[in-house]
Amino acid sequence: MLRTWRQRITLTDIVVWAIGVAIGAVIIIGTIATLRSGKYSANTWLDLTIKGLALGGVYALIAMGYTLVYGILRMINFAHSEVFMSGPFTAVFLANALSRSGFMDRQPIIGMSMVLVLSMAVSMTIAVLLERIAYRPLRNAPRLVPLITAIGASFFLQYVFRGLYGSGFQAYAIPKVLQGSITIGGLRVFNTQIAVILGAFAMMFALYAIVQWTKTGKAMRAVSEDKEAAALMGIDVDRIISLTFALGGISAGAAGILYALLFPVVNFIMGFIPGLKAFTAAVLGGIGNVPGAFLGAMILGLIESIGPNLFLDGLGVPTPSQLKDAIAFTILVFILIFRPTGILGERMAQSKA
Amino acid sequence: MFKRTNALLALLVLASLVLAACGAPVTEAPVPTEAPMTEAPATEVMGTEAPATEVAGPFVCEDEIGCVDIAPDEPVHIAYALVVSGANESLGVDSRNAIEIAIDDIGGQILGHDVRFDGEDEGCSAEGGQAAATKLAADPTIVAVIGTNCSSAARVALPLIDQAGFVMISSSNTAPDLTEPGSDNNFVPAYARVAHNDNLQGRVAAEYVYNELGLTTAATIHDGSLYADQLQQVFAARFQELGGTITAQEAVSPDQTDMSSVLSSIAAGSPEFIYFPIFMPAGAFIIRQVKQTPGIEDVPLMGADGLYSPDVIEGAAEDVEGFMVSSPANAETVEAEYAEKHQAKFGGPPPSTFHLHAYDSFMIIKNAIEAVAVEDADGTLHIGRQALRDAVHATTNHEGLTGVLTCNETVEPVKYPGDCAAAGIGIWEYHFGEFGPPTNPELIWTPE
Repeated sequence: MLRTWRQRITLTDIVVWAIGVAIGAVIIIGTIATLRSGKYSANTWLDLTIKGLALGGVYALIAMGYTLVYGILRMINFAHSEVFMSGPFTAVFLANALSRSGFMDRQPIIGMSMVLVLSMAVSMTIAVLLERIAYRPLRNAPRLVPLITAIGASFFLQYVFRGLYGSGFQAYAIPKVLQGSITIGGLRVFNTQIAVILGAFAMMFALYAIVQWTKTGKAMRAVSEDKEAAALMGIDVDRIISLTFALGGISAGAAGILYALLFPVVNFIMGFIPGLKAFTAAVLGGIGNVPGAFLGAMILGLIESIGPNLFLDGLGVPTPSQLKDAIAFTILVFILIFRPTGILGERMAQSKA
Repeated sequence: MFKRTNALLALLVLASLVLAACGAPVTEAPVPTEAPMTEAPATEVMGTEAPATEVAGPFVCEDEIGCVDIAPDEPVHIAYALVVSGANESLGVDSRNAIEIAIDDIGGQILGHDVRFDGEDEGCSAEGGQAAATKLAADPTIVAVIGTNCSSAARVALPLIDQAGFVMISSSNTAPDLTEPGSDNNFVPAYARVAHNDNLQGRVAAEYVYNELGLTTAATIHDGSLYADQLQQVFAARFQELGGTITAQEAVSPDQTDMSSVLSSIAAGSPEFIYFPIFMPAGAFIIRQVKQTPGIEDVPLMGADGLYSPDVIEGAAEDVEGFMVSSPANAETVEAEYAEKHQAKFGGPPPSTFHLHAYDSFMIIKNAIEAVAVEDADGTLHIGRQALRDAVHATTNHEGLTGVLTCNETVEPVKYPGDCAAAGIGIWEYHFGEFGPPTNPELIWTPE
């Protein structure tokens, strides 16, 4: 028994575990040191938590696009960050026009819905066209081919939108209703943050319900299990794949508007970083798994928001917030060392992976 | 058959190598930082046609690093390396427009030759600067380069520009190390700049905040770029010298959108003032998110000339009200006259702040060319490259649009050889509305 154990553990395992333990130790020591120094008040931590939740909500909606597509096609759609950018970058013109004419402040609900619907429609159209034009012809090609195509499509879309709307920045006009803040027990919470958190949770629940409880959702899950068998059962596989992309596009379009409420400046390159983060979140939670994407995104959002101050400040690292991306990716490594399939990812059968 | 083609190919390659070696004048490794100044005539009077020296016999180039020969029907090629696309394009487009206006003002000709003006995008980054300089260095027809806009681009472009034998004048580089004696990034005399040295800008900002606003604690944020890091250091040093306290010196990355962690960290030190001499879009995100960070919602904010642009109002919207920047303050009449020309040629007001500097950069080059060019009987122009560099640095009391410029002068610690600047720095304040200096941003203070 002991010998088999010794045979199964390789040097690589030991090194990887050592790295994992080191990361864990830094996190724990840094956290204790920061908390003991008392530099930040409880309200600061709560404030950062709320910001982290709002950011996590946006990441979760973008991550849905990655995880749904991966679940069905086993490919990473790297152009998804541009699907995310296309919606809000188009809707900014409607939002600003509505705001200038005063309609947005008179009818904020109708106005915001129009902006949201436009953004979702644009993102959905782009996602569906992307699948139809760039990915479908390559469905049976080796797996690297659609991956490279996705990267190419990503650049193509970025520069198409740059050509359409220019390379400058567009500021989002935020409706008056969402501009204020409320104070709960000394903690100031901004209306935009509340709107983003509620919006993201509602969208996530709706998506989960569609995948889990509708007939289309069932068909999607069937195609994800086994395309041939699903086709034999009378499911139109092409249509389901298109629908999956459409669903991913809609959630990306909604995420775009929520993102623009938090960071109200958009331009053609805005999708890249959030796209990368959302992809990370999907992997963190277990790619292909809907609740996993949600969990991963929330964890990532919180770590990004709280992490630099909590983990590094106490260690005396200068300018810790410049390292927030590094922290996020280090946490990804840390979790993948101990759970290679992500937090909620199950070990896939050979035929599926 | 194959052997013969191979031999031919080898020959061709060899020939091209030899030609390439001839084409690019290569300087012997370290360029002397203090080149002997030739007695070039001072070029005070603008616009007068200084007649080029005419020689009878065939011209022999005696310049240490080679000459540019311009046939009678060929143009004088002046190139730019400016940031003409991307997030900071207003800066580069503004400079380029100014140079085009300057070319119009001299009638489009230098010594009877048309001016050819084109160039490369330097992208406001080290990579962009390298790419632009590599392309420019490969073109031996270039006499001089105007650029770069961003100091981080200049740092990598200069070794290449220097190697190619050009002289480069920047309209908006402000990082102190580019002219600091003994610095590795100092390529004087291949380099000169009309923009102020940040040693001046950071000091002016600190003096305004401490003496005029009466604030005693401040925090700074930079974005890791050469420009921002050095500027905030100058600010912090001067602020402490005056008796103030720096509560934090933080950093963000240029493409960061979520500033909550850095701002919370700054808020923990409760400063009365935040200085962030960075660029768009990070600047706008900080302006907006400061208003959402408990403890520092209402502290005054200040940026520097990198945030003097219509994009700031576009990006920060109503939160821009009261945001201050330090930036060159030129004579209002000169500025107004220029704005009129800009309106007529390009429509709209000048989009950024270094146009007059770019105009002056071009004029310094033009005057230097006129001072050193040698003309053959048939009209061919010869310009010695080292002589041109020396003539640029010999510029004394040049009446430019930004003031009286002298390029070879030391005023510790704000001016070194290569710093031609005369212009003072002013503090400007933004209001929410149309971009249109001098009312928005509004000039609120200039040092005595």
